[in-house]
Amino acid sequence: MSANLSALFYLISGILFILALRGLSSPETSRQGNYFGIAGMIISIIVTFLSIENFGPGFIYVLLFLLIGGSIGAFIAFKIPMTAMPELVAGFHSLVGLAAVFVAISAFLKPEVFSLGTVGNIKLASLIEMSIGAAIGAITFSGSIIAFLKLRGIMSGAPITFKGQHFINLILGFTIIFLIYYLCISQSSNIFWSVVIISFLIGVLLIIPIGGADMPVVISMLNSYSGWAAAGIGFTLENTALIITGALVGSSGAILSYIMCKGMNRSFFNVILGGWGATDQASSSEGKEQKPVKNGNADDAAFLMKNASSVIIVPGYGMAVAQAQHALREMVDALKKNGVKVSYAIHPVAGRMPGHMNVLLAEANVPYDEVFELEEINNDFANCDVAYVIGANDVTNPVAKSDPQSPIYGMPVLDVEKSKSVLFVKRSLSPGYAGIDNDLFYRDNTLMLFSDAKKMTEEIVKSL
Amino acid sequence: MEIDPFIFRLSIFILSIFVGYYVVWSVTPSLHTPLMSVTNAISSVIIVGAIIAALSGSSETIFETSNIFGFLAIILAAVNIFGGFLVTQRMLQMYKKKKK
Repeated sequence: MSANLSALFYLISGILFILALRGLSSPETSRQGNYFGIAGMIISIIVTFLSIENFGPGFIYVLLFLLIGGSIGAFIAFKIPMTAMPELVAGFHSLVGLAAVFVAISAFLKPEVFSLGTVGNIKLASLIEMSIGAAIGAITFSGSIIAFLKLRGIMSGAPITFKGQHFINLILGFTIIFLIYYLCISQSSNIFWSVVIISFLIGVLLIIPIGGADMPVVISMLNSYSGWAAAGIGFTLENTALIITGALVGSSGAILSYIMCKGMNRSFFNVILGGWGATDQASSSEGKEQKPVKNGNADDAAFLMKNASSVIIVPGYGMAVAQAQHALREMVDALKKNGVKVSYAIHPVAGRMPGHMNVLLAEANVPYDEVFELEEINNDFANCDVAYVIGANDVTNPVAKSDPQSPIYGMPVLDVEKSKSVLFVKRSLSPGYAGIDNDLFYRDNTLMLFSDAKKMTEEIVKSL
Repeated sequence: MEIDPFIFRLSIFILSIFVGYYVVWSVTPSLHTPLMSVTNAISSVIIVGAIIAALSGSSETIFETSNIFGFLAIILAAVNIFGGFLVTQRMLQMYKKKKK
């Protein structure tokens, strides 16, 4: 196949990928969008085979490895529980990163295959592009591995910080730029390997200081990086499909990071530079422990909700941890039978990745038109009888609106306190991730339900 | 004077960033998780590079270092392609409207 014809086909793939993302603007068109994506991928792969025109024994191996990888991927996709989605996505990011590194290495070792020049005499632009691709790919890989370990709970979610951390990252960053410059002059393979190794190191150092609840930003950011890495390789290989896809994925991840940061009212750098509140706020909450709290049980909660005319459910990460989404749906079904109007309110940063709560609720067969975003539903709390907060904390804290001293001041929060009564399912009175006390616990209209989210919800179902 | 092909690629790149920007803002927040898994799948189009790397050279040189890196990259990208698209599909199947 001629180079021009294959370039046109790669362009078509790129357009199909755009349509795949476009489909996600509503759940009805999303499935069709996914098929566009699959079609784009198939076209890209077939066109690549046709343009190489090498159907020797190598081709068989390629198909074999494609099949091996594909079966592993398919197996994971069918087996993975929905609650493990954040770590799955982090794991997949690491694979894209590593694949980018491998392709870059391969291009560096045999540049003539990609018509980039010869060993020791690679075109300057290609050399820069491939080392940038390799560096970002390596950062994506090791960063995603750390994110994966943290999300999976293999590594503690607490931020790991040490003195001079940011300074070291800065030095390493400049070292990479210097090495790439030096690589362009010397074409030395040792320098190329150093760039890759230092980038792996930066990826690790970049993610370890970031705490568990900031993971939505981290995952989005790594998503973005994997895109830029692909684009870097796309420039090296002069491949339109890769360039378009890289740009799409890169900007997609960047927008998601922005949305997540805005959901926490923090700047991107504030998140990346790590550790939030946990240390400096712990002391100030000590004096407040004596305040009285209203303590309820499942029967009280069932009674309150049964006699309500409308209930809003506020799920958070705790719901995911306790796997309470199915019990929650049963509770809502029972309430609906009693003629109660139920809706769900989702904060942008609820959970460990963008859209995490929505997927879990969808898994429990909650129709998506009962689930609302913060801006859509926040005014409804004033007219609602009961707010059922399950596994969320900081995102409901009214302090974000009233106390300019608070670290979460200015963060958009759900106005649960405006509803007639608040049921707060929580294991203890301990503060949330931000390390600040939630004023809501001590309000007159709040009833605390101290228990595991799933157990409590199941008990409520029984007494309904 | 002739324009360097690099400039054309750069133009495609910049325009695609803009397209991505507008398309992604129109994605409904409830589908942000499938958005991440599908972007993951499509960025594995990097497999194109991996295939070229793996198929370079004749049948005698098929297991040279650079080819081996190509084969490894094929496995990684294939995991991602199949895993990414299928898990997205699985998630999207779950999004249902209220039964009327």
